[in-house]
Amino acid sequence: MTEDNNIEITVTDREGKLHKLEAPTDMNFNLMEILKSYELPVEGTCGGMALCASCHCYVNSDHDLSEPSEDEEDMLDSAFFVEDNSRLSCQIKMSPEVDGLDVTLAPVSE
Amino acid sequence: MIQTDILIIGAGPCGLFTVFEAGLLKLKCHLIDALPQIGGQLSEIYPKKPIYDIPGYPSILAGDLVKNLEEQIAPFNPTYTLGERAEKIEKTGDKEYTLTTNRGTIIKAPVIAIAGGLGCFEPRKPPIEGIADYEDRGVDYMVKDPEKFRDKKILIAGGGDSALDWTIELAKVAAEVTLIHRRTSFRGALDSVDKVMALAEAKKVNLYTEAQAIGVKGGDQLQEVVIKSKSLGEFSRPVDNFIPLFGLTPKLGPISEWGLNIQRSAVEVNTEDYSTNVPGIYAIGDINTYPGKLKLILCGFHEGTLMVQSAFKYIYPDQKLSFKYTTVTGVPSA
Repeated sequence: MTEDNNIEITVTDREGKLHKLEAPTDMNFNLMEILKSYELPVEGTCGGMALCASCHCYVNSDHDLSEPSEDEEDMLDSAFFVEDNSRLSCQIKMSPEVDGLDVTLAPVSE
Repeated sequence: MIQTDILIIGAGPCGLFTVFEAGLLKLKCHLIDALPQIGGQLSEIYPKKPIYDIPGYPSILAGDLVKNLEEQIAPFNPTYTLGERAEKIEKTGDKEYTLTTNRGTIIKAPVIAIAGGLGCFEPRKPPIEGIADYEDRGVDYMVKDPEKFRDKKILIAGGGDSALDWTIELAKVAAEVTLIHRRTSFRGALDSVDKVMALAEAKKVNLYTEAQAIGVKGGDQLQEVVIKSKSLGEFSRPVDNFIPLFGLTPKLGPISEWGLNIQRSAVEVNTEDYSTNVPGIYAIGDINTYPGKLKLILCGFHEGTLMVQSAFKYIYPDQKLSFKYTTVTGVPSA
């Protein structure tokens, strides 16, 4: 946690570069929105409804995230290079529980 | 050949409502869309999701909004070219553009309104190294004619309805069908899932679950697909055709080649009338960008409304245009 009660998130982009992001937890943001606000290359085409798989990421830290919903699993089926730690970042809510979250952006297709 | 006043590229909510506002000015519209149905994202991505920020509707399902818009514009008799992608635009006269679709349909209009949303929906292509080299040389992103695959060795990847349906259909004609899917469960219709399971049981389909395609190999033609499976590790499978079926994703497509100023996959416009840098070509809705842009349906409605006023003046520079409320004049009855 930072002094102003923001949580910190580590992101590895597709070039392997590390980014440290800060996110408020009291504004109902999800991770996809935070990634976009830092202008990281995440499309978020559907706007966060778990309907497009364009915000696919890998969760590297062992945070206790809620299990992906059936909708999210269905959508991950149309993503590529899906691993056991794959998630749609739009389905990860910014809350104190995910402070220190470490994610890697999944590859995108052309 | 089709002739109209305003050719609208994209039959999403913004394109549809523009027909209404154009109709009030007695301008005819023709809509073209790469998808086989109207409604754009609303029909393709989230027909069953409620939208809460359409003025006057506390909540409306995306699919119902499309239906209502269709009803609202019906009195103005819009015409449609669906399932075809706007490919090429040429200036063929002082106030005439000629647009050609990917299937050769020709449409002429003095004004073009690009209401293309996120672009055209195209098959999602796996980011496998070298896969582009095999497009139409063994890699197919859709099945148009099952006969093409008669007596071939086919590998299908995906877990949705199209992957299941084509596995069932191609099993009837192909020499061998293999289906790979990253999970053990499928999200398609239950009936199709049962059929595929039965085919796998009867050894008519090779089914690998918890598996993904990670590589392609071959010479001029595709010869092998490399599969990574949870239980079997990495292995190669000889194939004639690889059909990845991972749904559709929007791409800007040919719009980027029409000489328009593009910024981050969006068309730059003047907010006075949503005109582009090319006279007679406008861009409205999610496809455009300007300082303060919000990608909202209600903003697209506003943009289309102002746009047709400008289009009228562009087409008929000598005619006076007086603004009338629909409550005063009504609309034509359907």
